[in-house]
Amino acid sequence: MHDLTPITALGGSAARVDSVGDVTLTEVPDVALASVAARRGHEGVCAQTLESVLGTAAPSPGHAAEGAEYAAFWTGPDQWMLSADFNGYEDIAARIKSEVGDTASVTEQTDAWVCFDLVGPHINAVLELLCNVDLAGFQTGRATRTSIHHLGCYVISTDAGQSVRILGPRASAGSLHHAIITVMASAL
Amino acid sequence: MTQKNRLNGGQIDRDTTLNFTFDGKQYAGHPGDTLASALLANNVRLMGRSFKYHRPRGPLSAGSEEPNAIVELRSGARQEPNTRATTAELFDGLSATSQNRWPSLAFDAMAINDRLSNFLTAGFYYKTFMWPAAFWEKIYEPIIRKAAGLGSLSMRADPDTYDKGFRHCDLLIIGAGPAGLNAALTAGRAGAQVILADEDFRMGGRLNAETYPIADMSGADWAAQTVAELATLSNVRLMPRTTVIGAFDHGIYGAVERVSDHLATPAAGKPRQILWRIYAKQTLLCAGATERPIAFDNNDRPGIMLAASMRAYANRWAATPSHRVAIFTNNDDGHRTAHDLQGKGVKIAAVIDTRQDAPRSYDYEVLQGAQVVDTKGRLGLTFVEVNQVDGSTRTVECGALGVSGGWNPNVHLTCHQRGRPTWDENLAAFVPGGTLPSGMNVAGAANGDFSTHGALKSGANAARKALGLKGRAPAVPEAEDAPGTQTPFWYVEGCSRAWLDQQNDVTVKDVKLSHQEGFRSVEHLKRYTTLGMATDQGKTSNIGGLAIMAELAGKSIPEVGTTIFRPPYTPTAIGVLAGRMRGKEFHPTRLTPSHVWAKERGAVFVEVGNWLRAQWFPLPGETHWRQSVDREVTATRASVGVCDCTTLGKIDVQGSDAATFLNTVYCNGFAKLAVGKTRYGLMLREDGIAMDDGTAARLAEDQFVVTTTTANAGRVYQHMEFVRQCLMPEADVQLISTTEAWAQYAVAGPNSRRLLQKIVDPDHDISNEGFPFMACANITVCGGLRARLFRISFSGELAFEIAVPSRYGDALMRRLMAEGEEFDVTPYGTEALGVMRIEKGHAAGNELNGTTTALNLGMGRMVSKAKDSIGSQLSERPGLNEADALMQVGLRPLSAEDKVTAGGHLMKASGPVDAAHDQGYVTSAAYSPTLGHMIGLGFLKDGGNRMGETLRLVSPVTDLTVEVEVVSAHFVDPEGERVRA
Repeated sequence: MHDLTPITALGGSAARVDSVGDVTLTEVPDVALASVAARRGHEGVCAQTLESVLGTAAPSPGHAAEGAEYAAFWTGPDQWMLSADFNGYEDIAARIKSEVGDTASVTEQTDAWVCFDLVGPHINAVLELLCNVDLAGFQTGRATRTSIHHLGCYVISTDAGQSVRILGPRASAGSLHHAIITVMASAL
Repeated sequence: MTQKNRLNGGQIDRDTTLNFTFDGKQYAGHPGDTLASALLANNVRLMGRSFKYHRPRGPLSAGSEEPNAIVELRSGARQEPNTRATTAELFDGLSATSQNRWPSLAFDAMAINDRLSNFLTAGFYYKTFMWPAAFWEKIYEPIIRKAAGLGSLSMRADPDTYDKGFRHCDLLIIGAGPAGLNAALTAGRAGAQVILADEDFRMGGRLNAETYPIADMSGADWAAQTVAELATLSNVRLMPRTTVIGAFDHGIYGAVERVSDHLATPAAGKPRQILWRIYAKQTLLCAGATERPIAFDNNDRPGIMLAASMRAYANRWAATPSHRVAIFTNNDDGHRTAHDLQGKGVKIAAVIDTRQDAPRSYDYEVLQGAQVVDTKGRLGLTFVEVNQVDGSTRTVECGALGVSGGWNPNVHLTCHQRGRPTWDENLAAFVPGGTLPSGMNVAGAANGDFSTHGALKSGANAARKALGLKGRAPAVPEAEDAPGTQTPFWYVEGCSRAWLDQQNDVTVKDVKLSHQEGFRSVEHLKRYTTLGMATDQGKTSNIGGLAIMAELAGKSIPEVGTTIFRPPYTPTAIGVLAGRMRGKEFHPTRLTPSHVWAKERGAVFVEVGNWLRAQWFPLPGETHWRQSVDREVTATRASVGVCDCTTLGKIDVQGSDAATFLNTVYCNGFAKLAVGKTRYGLMLREDGIAMDDGTAARLAEDQFVVTTTTANAGRVYQHMEFVRQCLMPEADVQLISTTEAWAQYAVAGPNSRRLLQKIVDPDHDISNEGFPFMACANITVCGGLRARLFRISFSGELAFEIAVPSRYGDALMRRLMAEGEEFDVTPYGTEALGVMRIEKGHAAGNELNGTTTALNLGMGRMVSKAKDSIGSQLSERPGLNEADALMQVGLRPLSAEDKVTAGGHLMKASGPVDAAHDQGYVTSAAYSPTLGHMIGLGFLKDGGNRMGETLRLVSPVTDLTVEVEVVSAHFVDPEGERVRA
């Protein structure tokens, strides 16, 4: 077991939590991520393997899916991002690669992203000032790539109108965090 | 002062008094008032001075079309010029100042311009300031600029914040008058996602300004009741105080919501305004109509206003500009004003109607077939001169004159994509026509349905059509349905100083002059006279100018055509266009994994793109950056240094065709690169020019990690995706960026291996034999953490780059510093990095400057002829391969004290210094602490064959001439022994 102490994307030793009214933004460092892209000619097998890994069909465009161990969202044609609890799945890329073998390319993405959960009854008022997502149609299980504060982000609806997960580029975690909490104060 | 001109009724809250000042004087108004209505209620008609002639002006209108009553609102940093008093919502403590006058509004010295009006005609500047030409820039322009412009800026930073947001809907309804409200009701009840936006703070449009009923209640009550019902519908979003400023492509609309403009200051954390981007599947424009004035001599005195606006002030705001008013009209609408004001106890001096068959009234005198020919009153209207139908002249005493020349549909947003409105003969007005923005429909007065009934009906029908609703249309509530026919009456015959564009001071005479001087196109008329070019964009003036121009040219108005309407519909604060992207938040910032640690160490940071990188790490006692940088270089070359190089782009390239793919994007070969090896690679653009360089490390048969320069990381990734998707769609290759996933540090210097051996887990052999130069491997560090190690060197020393997942980057850097203490490990920044790469002769962004080729860079032989790669064919163009092509060389000053500067050009040791004799230029320069003098890299014609030659490095701009010797670009360790040690 190595002895290096991690820091969060925002540079702290513990996850940052900010609340405005009854909406809370929580930094979620304990997310392991791996991208999966089907290799050419192996798209079908790859999707089938992912289905068995997830326990549900690999998500279609604009969607996310949640299994017992792993969750996934669609990122491109025959491409997905898989996630799991960092504690226990830090080696997510190796685990997934051992499942999909040569049918897919797997890349560790855990620390490429900062992850925030935005939770509360009025999150749509916050989201509409952040990103161009049609919130009326953004039902639970929808996922989209969008731009927040000029940063390419993923937004996943985990409970429509109540909870979203936002993944943004890790190096810009501070800017993204600033943008979200500023808008929380503005909208709420 | 009491509100002398306050009438009864109105939609104001009389229980609350709001105190405000205008030009320092205290007044009182009520919630519901605008600044203009409150001033009128306080018997203030004079609110501004005109742009050119500084003529006294009062409000012409009661809405956003206002050209005259524009003021500076608020004070200090929040001072905003050119605010329309007619739309500024009154709040307690509001302070407004008149503008464009000196020393005071009542006495304006610049009004002398009015006396000089015979000279200051259209085109005055063009004709007058022609000569001498040299005077233009230094004398004329500064004077004109000083005199021009309306309001003044505070010259202080805007203390308010602005947001941007996005909303989506099935139906966007622009305007909440009778048409818009009934459309929203229809669409809302049908369950559609509806946005109803209105620029006013009170929805209802003209219904709030009129007295006639809808069904069995007043129009205003019907509007309030409808708004109340809409507010209960969760699928309907009401957006008052929101101006839709532009219609853009694909059903996208810009809208500015004035969140806090009705407050003294925005609440903490709240924006002043929000710029919404609205995505609408369908749009219904219900923007209403604007009343048009009639031009007659001296028609611009305070107290002269549009008749329907006068009626709005009376009915909605219970305010009148005077207790004795006259009306000048060519249609029945003017009579409505007379009727309503009479009902509120205002004395109607006369209704002057151009029509000989104008309706008579028992309540007030109607002068049939009469025309107002002149007016009197220096700072406000006192009398109007009327030519009666029998040719006699009559003077009518009045403090205000309501003018009505008919109505123009507000077609502006239908034209934002170059649509041209069409002329409706029956209405004598332009109505929406041609190609509308996709998904847009128009209803109500904006479409020429001027009656209340027509607006209600067309609003409901258009909503049903837009949403494809079937079934029986709901009944339209009963309302007035007066015919909309209009007979044009643009101006009074023989008038001259009759104002068309009151904001830019354009008169009938100016339009005639421009025609006389040969300006035939309506676009030329506009620019020559400035008609319609003020902040109101000619909402009340354009049509009058067109009509006169048409008459002079003997054409019809539609033949003359209109100028193009462009966004924004009304003046828009620049701040709201910027939103949150200002100051430090202008762009997002990227921080490296060692940022927190570097900050603790007191690093000086530099912006590299969005990244903040440590530039150097000053130690106590170091007073100049060179001291820090020289120390960092020397310490690294002497023992070991560490530099965060996370910012270099990292792209994971996988797939069975990964090697083939890299063989295509790099000009040099990668197919045969062994697993566990790294290779320097150069990418060319299609045109053969060098694009970017970096390394590709083969971690597995089917996996490479490609690095790019920091600056080009995004562009290279984009380029590679393009190649993958478009040029090699059959290849099995997958790409993903991992730049931010891994914290990557260069560990350089003769002791770098010894330091890393304390970090890297012992089962990984990193000896020179086990891990030679250009090796790469997946390893573990610090007791099992997955990591990557590359034996590559930018500094020219024995060096490695080590990468761990970013969250451990901070800890790894601290560990390297702790474990490196015995080697005097030194963190180094981008400056030392730059010095060392110049000393080693490595090309960087300065050399890969978009004009250089592999040949120029001394890497011509790297372009493989054994395969095809992007840019390889065009790199063989003769023009890129001339005998004296530029070659990268090193430059050393003959005198060690001399400066070598980047950007300087190279000339032969003697001879002329000019472009014709240019030998090349210097791209990079630095002080080399290793050599003890400055050095440079540059491109020199036929440089490879000119070693030892003395040249002059010149910079005429900085008056520099230095003698330099051409040397190898590899100043340090030219044989490359260190990197292989």
